[in-house]
Formats: sequence, C-alpha cells, structure tokens
Amino acid sequence: MAYSEKLLDHFKKPKNVGTLNKDQKNVGTGLVGAPECGDVMRLQIEVDEESGVIKDAKFKTFGCGSAIASSSLATEWLKGKTLDEASSIDNMDIVEELELPPVKIHCSVLAEDAIKSAIKDYQSKNGL
Amino acid sequence: MRNNKLIYLDNNATTPVDPRVVEAMVPYFTEHFGNAASRNHPFGWAAEGAVDTARQQIADLIGADPREIIFTSGATEADNLAIKGVAEMYKRKGNHIITLETEHKAVLDTCKKLEREGCEITYLKVARNGLVDLAELEAAIRPNTILVSIMFANNEIGVVQPIKAISDLCSKHKVLFMSDATQAVGKIPVNVKELGIHLMAFSGHKMYGPKGVGVLYVSRKSPRVKVTAQMDGGGHERGMRSGTLNVPSIVGMGKACEICQQEMETEMARLEKLRDKLESELMQIEEVVLNGHPEYRMPHMTNLSFKHVEGEGLLMTFNQNIALSSGSACTSASLEPSYVLKALGLGDDLAHSSLRISLGRFTSEEDIDYAIAAIRDGVNHMRDLSPIWEMFKEGIDLDSVEWSEH
Repeated sequence: MAYSEKLLDHFKKPKNVGTLNKDQKNVGTGLVGAPECGDVMRLQIEVDEESGVIKDAKFKTFGCGSAIASSSLATEWLKGKTLDEASSIDNMDIVEELELPPVKIHCSVLAEDAIKSAIKDYQSKNGL
Repeated sequence: MRNNKLIYLDNNATTPVDPRVVEAMVPYFTEHFGNAASRNHPFGWAAEGAVDTARQQIADLIGADPREIIFTSGATEADNLAIKGVAEMYKRKGNHIITLETEHKAVLDTCKKLEREGCEITYLKVARNGLVDLAELEAAIRPNTILVSIMFANNEIGVVQPIKAISDLCSKHKVLFMSDATQAVGKIPVNVKELGIHLMAFSGHKMYGPKGVGVLYVSRKSPRVKVTAQMDGGGHERGMRSGTLNVPSIVGMGKACEICQQEMETEMARLEKLRDKLESELMQIEEVVLNGHPEYRMPHMTNLSFKHVEGEGLLMTFNQNIALSSGSACTSASLEPSYVLKALGLGDDLAHSSLRISLGRFTSEEDIDYAIAAIRDGVNHMRDLSPIWEMFKEGIDLDSVEWSEH
C-alpha cells in the first residue's frame, strides 16, 4: 500500500510524542482502542486554565503507520485551539489531510475518539 | 538508511527465479515452442522430451516415479485437485476428511466448499508449538474417513509436522494421506516413498522456479491412487488434469528441482546458520516471543512477536530497505490477524505484533546483519511511541485495563 508523503512524514518524524502528568488538574487524558484490535491511542491535552486554550498536546500510539500519523497530526491540530474548537475536529479532516486509504479510515475515527475522550477527562476533572 | 538496495526476506511468499532456471526455460518459448501433445512432428517431440526430463528431475527430488507427477498451474490447483478429486473418486467409500486448522487457505477453503456440498470435515487443533496431536488425529479417524490432509511445513511459522508418524496412522487405518508440501519441497529432504505420502502438492515459485506451475504427486503403487479430474478437456496428465502443458515453466520447475537437490545440504546448513544468528540477535531484545516449534521447523525462517509493537507499523520503519511480512491484521485485506497464529493460542495482541522472516538462496550474511540492526531500531522506535509498552514498563497489568474495544 502506498501512503501519502504527509502520512509518511508524520510516521517517520512523529510530532509531540510523549507523556503529560495525568494527575495534573489541567491535563486531560484519552486512552482509546485495545491491544487485541491492533491499535491503542493515548492522547493528552494540557489546558491553559485562564484562557481555556490547549497549550500542549502529547500522544503515544500502538498501531499501524496510519494510526501513528493520525494521532501525530491530531496533536498538531489541537495546540492553540479552545476546547470547543478541538471538539469540532472531525475524523474526515484527518482522512483528507493524510489521504488515508479506505481500510485505514478507522485510524482517523480512533484519533477523533481520543480527542473527545481527552476533552471529556479534562472537563470532568474540572467540573465543567 | 540506505536506499540503493532492497533486501528480500520474504522467501516464503515467493522466491526469485534462479538465473540458471531462466536460462533453461528460454529456448522453450521460441525455438522449441511445440505442444508436448503433438505426437507427429519434431516440434512436439522436442517439447515432450523436455517435459519428460523435467518430470524425471522433479520425481528424483521427491523420490517418486516420473509417472506419478501431474502438472498443474500451482500448488493451489494441486491442493484443489487432490482434495476434491479424492472426495469425488472415493465417495462410495466415505465422505469424511481430516485436516488442520493451520493449513493453507488452498486446503481449508477447498474443505469448506466440500463441507457445503455434504462432506464431513474435521479441522484438528494444533498445540501451542504448531504440531498436530497424533492421538487426536487417530481418534478422529472414522470408518467413513477417506483422506487426511496435513501440510508438511507451515508457511507462517515453519513448523514441520511428524509426516512419517501421520502416514503410519493413515496406513494402519487404510486412509489416504495427502500433504501440501509447498514450503518444504526443495528446501528440506522430502521422500514420498519413505514417508508414505499418497498425494502431495507443491509449486515451482517457492523453490526458485517460475510462478504458474505446480505439481500434484499421485501414488501409482501401493496404494494406486486416483483422483477425479477437476478440469475437463484433452485428457492430459493421465486424464487427471487436462490442458496443454506449460512447457517452459515445466522445464523451469524441473531445473529448479535439480538445483535444489544438488545444493540442498549446503543450503540448509548455510541458511540455518544465518537464521540462528538473526533469531538469537533479535531475541536479545526485551519481550520477544518465538512462534512455532524451536526444533521441528524449517531451517530458513523464523516467526517472532515483538510485544507491544504493532507489526505493520514496525514493517513501515524499514520497508524501504527490507521486505518481509507480518501476521498483523493491518497487513491483510480482511483486517483479521493471522489465523495460523491464533490457532496456536496466541492472543490477538501477539498476532498483531508478529514478523515472519524467511531467508533464501540469495540472502547473504551482510543482509542479515543489516536486517538485525534495522529491525532492532524499528522495534525501539515503535516502543518509544507505544503507550502499552510504557504501561508495561510501569508495571501495569495490561489484562486488568478496561480497553474500549472497537
């Protein structure tokens, strides 16, 4: 399967790989997928409590090239966005940007789920 | 990364054609283009003579009589012909066939089709190491059993089944024994008479011959086996497989068998040494599991699972330079992880994390050294990215985590 240059770039030089302190109040963590299914994504956001803007985002992903690239791209997009803006990221935006083939669309869905799950975690921690 | 060379370590998928084989084939496209069934002129005689030579070369490699070699388009067709042909020919005797869960799809899907048409099929489970349980096999044989179809060597994990012991059971119970030996013939000694195999399928392109040609060996004596033709026409190949013979490819397969026979001993030793080096180096990486049997297996390959790393992603770290395959779902059209690895009782997670590395005649020690380094780097890279590797290192029991299955 031939992948797009953008996808390969995110795969080979993934952006924002790492771990934020999940116990910190202004960090939201989303862990989605399952090892049995072949992909697990953990996406974390750090929110500026004054402005409500995402100031940092990190990920780690167990999965295929498309899953890694999707989560890398997602973290890039999240930085500088408000939570509302972040929740409106759609998996099809990721599909288009990375030119994911049809069999890999589920990777973008997983990335969208990870974003939503991280936001939800932040909100529930902060009683929002 | 170097981009000038691509190292091929997927020889279980197919092998390159040996230049000596190509050289032998070329005259049969142009100069000696005749139909081997044309009995009345020199063009036909030349073709027939070449086919006879190839039949002898192939028979010599497997210890058969040349008249027991039936040419087909490949091992898939040979598997189909053997199983469907026996089911049809021996339907008065019975309709029960025994096979393994880890067989190639050419056998499994053929059996499933026969099942839909009224045959009874037993799919035996294998042990964690991939071997059949002989007691279970014997217990599965019934009065209406007509065929046991058990592969010689598995394509994914390389485990070699106890063929002689299986054939002894089949003889004892007077059941025909067929073996798909596609991955074994030409690579390790296979002698149908000594091993008591009654039908055996194999193909040219796994032994440095051309694609599109294969063989079904059909025993002529004790027992004399017959299969009902699945292809109707001119009655070629003793009436078992009609169709004008693919002379250049048959010549190529014959030559390929001759070379394999001459070089087998040295090649087996050379490849085993390289494989052992590759495997022992890779197994020094943390959390690596060998899939299959450590002893009863093909000398040229290994199958390893690198825990908490997904196989397709791992392949992508080096597939500009190294070609090999994975049991990961992401590398298959079905999005299901390898059914062979699952049949061993591996969890889906380990199946997703597996690599199959198969060496061949043109693999050098330099290739192996390069592959060791590239795979090690790839595993490290993928583990740096892997949240479950991080959790594992933190001592979290991954089985206790509530995953969101999707």
